[in-house]
Amino acid sequence: MSADATTPDVVPTKAPRASLGGRAGRLLRGALRTRRGQIGLLLTLIVVGIAFLGPLFAGSPTALHGGPFEAPGGVAGPLGGDSLGRSVLDRVLDGGWRILLISAAATAMAIVLGSIAGVVAAYRGGFADTLIMRTVDVLLGIPSLVFVLMLLSVIGSHAWLVIVGVGLTQAPQVARVLRAAAQDVSERDYVKAVAAWGVPPRTVIRRHVIPSLLTPLMVESALRLSFSIILVASLSFLGLGTQPPTADWGVMINENRVGLAQNVWGVLAPAILLATLAVGTNMFSDAIARANLSAGSAGDPTLQMALTSSNVAEGDEPVGLDAIDEGPG
Amino acid sequence: MATTPATAEVQRPPEEDEGGRWWQSPIAQMVWRRALLGILTLVLIAVIVYFATTVLPGDAATAILGQSATPARIAKVEAELGLDEPLLTRFVDWFGNAIHGDFGNSLSAAAPVGSHGGASKEAVTTLVNEKLLNSVVLIGVTAIVSTLLGILAGMYAAFRRDGIFDTGGSVVALVASALPEFVVAIFVVMLFAVNVFDWFPALSLLPPGESILSHLNMLVLPVLALVIVTTPYVFRMTRGAMIEVLDTDYVEFARMKGVSPRKIAFRHALPNALAPVIQVVGLNLLYLAGGIVLVEAIFSYPGVGLALVEAINGRDVPTIQYIVLMLAVFYVILNIVTDVGVLLVTPRRRYPRS
Repeated sequence: MSADATTPDVVPTKAPRASLGGRAGRLLRGALRTRRGQIGLLLTLIVVGIAFLGPLFAGSPTALHGGPFEAPGGVAGPLGGDSLGRSVLDRVLDGGWRILLISAAATAMAIVLGSIAGVVAAYRGGFADTLIMRTVDVLLGIPSLVFVLMLLSVIGSHAWLVIVGVGLTQAPQVARVLRAAAQDVSERDYVKAVAAWGVPPRTVIRRHVIPSLLTPLMVESALRLSFSIILVASLSFLGLGTQPPTADWGVMINENRVGLAQNVWGVLAPAILLATLAVGTNMFSDAIARANLSAGSAGDPTLQMALTSSNVAEGDEPVGLDAIDEGPG
Repeated sequence: MATTPATAEVQRPPEEDEGGRWWQSPIAQMVWRRALLGILTLVLIAVIVYFATTVLPGDAATAILGQSATPARIAKVEAELGLDEPLLTRFVDWFGNAIHGDFGNSLSAAAPVGSHGGASKEAVTTLVNEKLLNSVVLIGVTAIVSTLLGILAGMYAAFRRDGIFDTGGSVVALVASALPEFVVAIFVVMLFAVNVFDWFPALSLLPPGESILSHLNMLVLPVLALVIVTTPYVFRMTRGAMIEVLDTDYVEFARMKGVSPRKIAFRHALPNALAPVIQVVGLNLLYLAGGIVLVEAIFSYPGVGLALVEAINGRDVPTIQYIVLMLAVFYVILNIVTDVGVLLVTPRRRYPRS
């Protein structure tokens, strides 16, 4: 970054591209040097491992083993039976990967959509900027969960719609952050110099603006993923995500909570896994955001503040605040 | 809100504080500007809500009646919903009525399964407003408890920085703030209603026509679940803001002068740490507007959130529209109130930085 800023780098091919992988790597290494980042990644990997390797070891998640809420260790396996007499263990092992895939797809959609909107708003300015940022305000004016529920209620519950709905609720924040970052970058002297040189805007964006947006983008991706996971699981819990009889941790918690007194594992096992996943991804995204802040201290600290999506510009807690305004709700 | 810079709100220099007429004061100007933007935002949200719920591919009439409905019945329901008229006419009619507080009749309330078009229909607003008070109580009590708890705990942690309470509190806050709300609620149910203690009801099943205020034991667990999710943010914010203020020269001076720690905390430090705290409380309230949906659904708490979930399951489109718009109005108003609150406690922010 400093190399770009100090030397008027008018040959627009080499420097940014070389730093592209470097920046991302530095951010990740920075995050993994902190205890928060290590624990976060560890927790996340444990749950992701169970979710994706589990199906290999799971028996049929829909086969019946005895009556409802069989005691643990009996005919229904070590974790007992669920509301219909299916094995809790088998369903837990098979019930995580869909949530992860759907959340990942929703995050990818939010990032792509949000970055395009943000960069276009920043670079075009004027009417396009107003239009895009108004749309962002409007989308942020409806609670995320309520927005997705509204979509699902009419069209019906489909995995693609959950992806689109969750993606749409997460994209506005990405757009805000990326717009702020892109505006800042395009004000920099070296970018102005390249533009003055006569390089077409599209090339300027691709070669100079986008590489500088990579770090805020990484921070946002991690953050959006942790929110998406919570939203997707919440939708399943409310009965509007994955549909029974398919195994899903959110669905399981809802199905089995009537039998809490008979077999607590039907609820406890998926709840613990979801909790671990949420805490893990949250800690890891937090660590990345912090690494980004401290990495940016060499540059302009106010810029770095603007680049995290924190809604509060002051105070020493840079991250996690925005979890409030569009957390699971 | 960080992205809307205070552009040319006032040209007067800061020394001339509140000199002009009141509507020219920076705060009034900000309120005007934000209110106009807010109304614009609400109109656009109304458009989105209307189109998302009535125009998108899911055919409302089929959704209501099920796939096996006869064409005649579908036509009847469509006429009832006004679906046979042109799109724009429908929207204008709906919007005009909505502004006057008429969101139409609930599709599910008066119509037990399969008897659509019954005579005894009830207005959506009447049905939902009955439940509004319960939700307001839930949000209000949660906000008060989590704000007080968060501020006190945050101040204490800041004073005993890096002590056991501080480090422990930060870890608890980190975990609690990350947890999905329905997972917290289900843990609360296991702990205090079913598996460990049997202190409170697992479901807040209120007898019809009674207020939640006469059944306070039903309020405890829903409030507890929401307090667990929202308090960490107040805690973190207060702690961070307090630490910053405690490091300033004037607090150091007060300390050297021999002012008691309690007086330093509440008299000298807290007022200057309030701005971010107010912001975070505002954000918490915003979050609760959506957050009540899950918690009310889990506890069958008779509020607006549960009504929304039920309306969605019953494809009760007018009710969905009303509740979503009501939440959006709450959002927009609260955003403005929060920003005004921040301006009130930080005079220096009333003027654009030069």
